Amino acid sequence: MSDTKPMCLSGKGVTKVFGFGEKKTVAVDHVDFEFREGELISIVGESGSGKTTISKMLLGLISITEGQIFFQDKPLDINTRAKKKKYWRDIQAIFQDPFTSYNVFNKIDQVLLDCIHMRGGKRFSKEKKLEMMTEACSFVNLKYAELTNKYPFELSGGQMQRLMIARIFLLKPKILLADEPTSMIDACSRATILDMLLNLRNEIGMTIIFITHDIGLAYYISDKVYIMEQGKFVERGTADEVILNPKAAYTKRLISDVPKIYEEWDLSTVNSTARA
Amino acid sequence: MKNTIRQVFHSPKFVVGFSIFVLVLLSLFIYPLFVPGNPLQMVGLSSFSEPGTYVSVYDAIDSEPDIMKLPEADAKRLADKLNEEDRAAMKEWLLLIGIPEADIDTTDTKSLLKLWEEKYDPSLKPAGMTMAKRNYYKRLNTNLEQALNASEVVIATENAETGALEEAKVVTDTDYINTKDVINSITLPLGTDNFGRDTLKELVSAAKTSIMIGLIAGSIATFIGLSTGLLAGYIGGWVDELILFITNLFTVIPGFIILILVSYGIGQENRGATTCAIVIGFTSWTWTTRSVRSQVISLRNRDHVNLSKLSGHSLLRIILNDILPYIASYVVMALILQISTAILAEAQLSMLGLGPKTTEIPTLGLMMNWAMLYSAHTHGYWWAYFPVLLIIALISFSLNLMNTGLDQVFNPTLRD
Ligand SMILES: Nc1ncnc2c1ncn2[C@@H]1O[C@H](COP(=O)(O)OP(=O)(O)O)[C@@H](O)[C@H]1O
Ligand SMILES: [Mg+2]
Repeated sequence: MSDTKPMCLSGKGVTKVFGFGEKKTVAVDHVDFEFREGELISIVGESGSGKTTISKMLLGLISITEGQIFFQDKPLDINTRAKKKKYWRDIQAIFQDPFTSYNVFNKIDQVLLDCIHMRGGKRFSKEKKLEMMTEACSFVNLKYAELTNKYPFELSGGQMQRLMIARIFLLKPKILLADEPTSMIDACSRATILDMLLNLRNEIGMTIIFITHDIGLAYYISDKVYIMEQGKFVERGTADEVILNPKAAYTKRLISDVPKIYEEWDLSTVNSTARA
Repeated sequence: MKNTIRQVFHSPKFVVGFSIFVLVLLSLFIYPLFVPGNPLQMVGLSSFSEPGTYVSVYDAIDSEPDIMKLPEADAKRLADKLNEEDRAAMKEWLLLIGIPEADIDTTDTKSLLKLWEEKYDPSLKPAGMTMAKRNYYKRLNTNLEQALNASEVVIATENAETGALEEAKVVTDTDYINTKDVINSITLPLGTDNFGRDTLKELVSAAKTSIMIGLIAGSIATFIGLSTGLLAGYIGGWVDELILFITNLFTVIPGFIILILVSYGIGQENRGATTCAIVIGFTSWTWTTRSVRSQVISLRNRDHVNLSKLSGHSLLRIILNDILPYIASYVVMALILQISTAILAEAQLSMLGLGPKTTEIPTLGLMMNWAMLYSAHTHGYWWAYFPVLLIIALISFSLNLMNTGLDQVFNPTLRD
């Protein structure tokens, strides 16, 4: 993995502080990062280390207290709704909890149609839209005919997360932020979902920022790994550098928690060792 | 959605409240079909007539009587003539002349009279009885004899020329007329109020108006509260601060005071029921704003809202589509509570004489105000105020019951 690829997202001194006074929490503390195009970057850290917060900042969903994010080497400018809307064509997300990710009053068709419309497909014929939705569903092994007119909460957690991937399939963003997409679903669905994510990456060649607490999983799928501890990146580098040759004490501890780190990884071992 | 409604109708509290409310509403709409007419029409020239059916005495005399001999008719007439005081006096006399107390039953008119007839002797002078007292007994006895013997009343008309009275009709104690044959009669189930108006008719119209005031005021308050709450909660920033500032202003000065001042400012003549409703609505939205705002704040950072943003949806669409449905149940509850509060607010205002103008249409508050002004409560004219209180209580009870039922469905932690 050479570092000559064009810069996709980077940050300097990015900080997020929640609340003030007694209740002040520094969720993300002056972090620098460089995510290059086409890479799969993992951000690994324990729960509460600030992973979700940094992803929300990258997505432009919450403001940045201090520091600057750069998108394609230019300072990220999303001050107006129009600019935000344009930015969200390039960056999309899959959230941690599929059960709270959907509007329970909207049907599944609506979720997929919104994506087609966002990609400028408002004028497409009904048949064309139907074809696109069917294609997206079959990419994630779902049958559109069975989903139409259903509500998201009628699906299982795994199916909902697959529907999220179908969404990304339709949106074809440059960057995908996946915030622990498999942590809330059963172990069996987990491998399938990862598999589909990686397939999707091959299909549309996007940059993936993969957030996880599972360092074994990160090692298996990533090009670059960032280790996050209490709002700071304590270690970064290629997956091999960080995991086979850890320097920070925190990284060592994370690695020692996973017994089979040095073995060959395949989907079945991901399956059996992934922690709940 | 359908499921929620089914769930709501499985909550016993909601169903009971809803049924009471619907029943009240139905009767308010059905009653005027049977008893049409202006509820403010005065039928009586005297105030506070007791509940009952009133037939015209004048017309009754003109009607052709049927002859009937009802058992106990005489006894009943006598019983009506003999008041408690007379009965006690009779007993006193009988005791004085040595009749054992066990034999005297003052409640049984027939036996009391029989005993009296046998034992009373005007020439007897029981020891210690004053002259005046003896005369009283004589008068009582004469009255009783007259009542027992008289069986006719003569109706006389005055001759226009001579001025002499001429017999026009003789009414005997066996004459009966059908109330149907009396041309003029009126049934007043709740009597009349201080102005001589049919209280029930007035009450039905008043309850309808009060519910309408509640609906208008409640809708206005909920609409204002909902929109300001949604904007303040979702947009945040200076919009939030501005709305909070205004809300706080309205909270610091109690809503009721503002209500009184505004009502006073508008003036009696300009205060129709609708104006009153609008004034109440515009002064009672603050707590809806606050609670909607806090609900929205807890919703706006949810992932489904984030997903909607990422899908490029507009602010309005997010508020209407991703926030509003989630608080809809809450808003319905707020609306119901606002309606019930507004009905009570109208009653309170009217009691203070700041309600709708009195010449147009009655309201529950106005009826209470009139009953109070004319001291119905101190004179025991219960029909002028008690049914009003009952209706107010019934309406707000049913609305609050509905609310509790909804609360239990939507906030399952409260379920017992
Ligand atoms: N909206 C918020 N308000 C206040 N504190 C927050 C908020 N979101 C996150 N935090 C705090 O920031 C820290 C990092 O949280 P988060 O980014 O969710 O961690 P992770 O995703 O790694 O589990 C936690 O201490 C959390 O309590
Ligand atoms: Mg998280």
